[in-house]
Amino acid sequence: MIRYLSKENKALISELVRTDFKLRYQGSVLGYAWSLLRPLLLFVILYIVFVKFLKLGASIPHYPVYLLLGIVIWNFFLEMTTQSLGSIVGRGDLIRKIRIPRWIIIFSSSLSAVINLLLNMVVIIIFMILNHVDLLVTTLWLPVILLEVYVFALGLSLFLSAMFVKFRDVGYIWEVILQAGFYLTPILYPLALIPNVTFQKIILLNPMAQAIQDARWSSITHETLIPHTVFQGGWYMYIPFAIVIASLAGGLLYFRKESKYFAENI
Amino acid sequence: MSDNIAIKVDGVNKSFKLPHEKVSSVKSAVVNFYKRKRTYEKQQVLNDISFEIKKGEFFGIVGRNGSGKSTLLKLLAGIYTPDSGQIHVNGKLTPFIELGVGFSPELTGRENVFLNGALLGFSRKEMEKMYDEIVEFAELERFMDQKLKNYSSGMQVRLAFSIAIQAKSDILILDEVLAVGDEAFQKKCIDIFEKYKSRKQTVVLVTHDMATVKRFCSRAMLTSKGDIVSIGDPSSIASDYTKLNNDAINKTMADKDAIRSDKYTIKTKLLNANIVNYGDKVRLSIDWSDCNKSIKNVGVAIYGNAGEYIFGTNTVVDKVKLTSSTILTYEADMIIGAGNYHFKVGLFGETDKDIIVFIDDGPEFSVKKDESVQWQGLFSLNHKWRQ
Repeated sequence: MIRYLSKENKALISELVRTDFKLRYQGSVLGYAWSLLRPLLLFVILYIVFVKFLKLGASIPHYPVYLLLGIVIWNFFLEMTTQSLGSIVGRGDLIRKIRIPRWIIIFSSSLSAVINLLLNMVVIIIFMILNHVDLLVTTLWLPVILLEVYVFALGLSLFLSAMFVKFRDVGYIWEVILQAGFYLTPILYPLALIPNVTFQKIILLNPMAQAIQDARWSSITHETLIPHTVFQGGWYMYIPFAIVIASLAGGLLYFRKESKYFAENI
Repeated sequence: MSDNIAIKVDGVNKSFKLPHEKVSSVKSAVVNFYKRKRTYEKQQVLNDISFEIKKGEFFGIVGRNGSGKSTLLKLLAGIYTPDSGQIHVNGKLTPFIELGVGFSPELTGRENVFLNGALLGFSRKEMEKMYDEIVEFAELERFMDQKLKNYSSGMQVRLAFSIAIQAKSDILILDEVLAVGDEAFQKKCIDIFEKYKSRKQTVVLVTHDMATVKRFCSRAMLTSKGDIVSIGDPSSIASDYTKLNNDAINKTMADKDAIRSDKYTIKTKLLNANIVNYGDKVRLSIDWSDCNKSIKNVGVAIYGNAGEYIFGTNTVVDKVKLTSSTILTYEADMIIGAGNYHFKVGLFGETDKDIIVFIDDGPEFSVKKDESVQWQGLFSLNHKWRQ
């Protein structure tokens, strides 16, 4: 670990993250504010359509915050994986011409997503206060759950970015998977809306569904369906965690194997 | 590995797969896999290369295009991974395959300095300390807060170079950095090389320029088609290189660009097409960088193909002082009649008798028949008619 976070690597990571942030909102008037405005505007649209028009989530207390938290966590996952996916190819000039540890590129692009997530969490806290959400002791679990999402996204990022070097269609495939994932994850609708318990269980096997539901349960309201209650303590409630660990291990192994040949394959 | 070795290369092989049809979609990969028809050509770039570079050496790697020297450099830099064999590097190594890698046109000059510094392994604090020095050296004080996209290419190179020379690694790897920039910039490069040499910095330099090799390198290596031809002192490597080049030229071209005398090799070459119009300039370059004798006089003569002596002169007669450069260009207006001609070139020492190299059958050229030239013979003399 010490070897990985040497002085040089730290300096490089901080400089790459800085550059990323500077370049992202280059030439826009509102600049960094967009990283907050984007999820907020999406939230406003979804809130009007799903809460006001379709009257979803009437049975769940603090549904707007509940909805926003789901959107923010999903957006973090989406942003981190899509940005990392193209990052090895995008930084091709560095990889072909200088010697930097390849993982630094993925790690620094994941850090900019994390910074965005933290900014968004500030917005959520403001909404929680406005919405008079009671502070739950279980909120202490929230960082652990976010870490789980990060690890999951990191594993996928490593895998996808290495794969993208060889096969450019991974970009399109991933886009479709994300699109499907957004609807198969209970972000817009409460999970209880699905009457069939078997479907509920299948949906909750997805680490993103499990993490979002657990995050809502721990910090907003205990009236959230979580794997523990849906699976009634069965062993398969650990499947989402197994998937997360498998994605990290698989991602690391594949990335390590492929990264030797990035320079000649890009 | 003993302590005075900087880089040890041991039996390194490298090949690239060149697919006949690039498989960059999942579908074609699946289809080809199914058909068991993943056709590619395996191109062996380096064959079982072994050598050592000692600490404090200025080591040159030379070779013709496609000899595998750039691949070797990238392997040393850790950018490529060898198929087999090992590369041991003793100490911190910084490669310069290109100047200004990672420069971003949308960032200001200042921001790019810090980014580039980080890529070289400097922390922000260290960069802040050397920032003023970098800017001053690049002579860009007024432009640092402008975006890089508004810089001229010369300014970008200057900035990149100023950062690059700050690198304090045990081993530096340089790939023809000298190929860019104007004369003033090249002068700066030379100065830096001098500095490296005097402070016993370990440097690996890949270049085509034999003058640089001879001037700076303490040892050099010649590669050809993925093999090491020879390793040794720079001047013998330089002459090996020229021989290799000449062999290739002689093999592929019928014209007499390179002529080898018994002892020395010099190169003469036409810099324009070998068919010209009446009055056009013909330019001949003479390169004796592989002849280590001191040349005091260079003579050029033009002969007709029937053996008639058209015109001849030399640098002493023309009062041209030869500098330390070993390349000379001769230029003349071809105000001679249509026909075929060739050059003869002589290089002399102190006196006319001291002939070091004499080329009897140099490059040929022809002057075309021109409608506007109605007179006949070799020259148009000043003439008048009176009645």
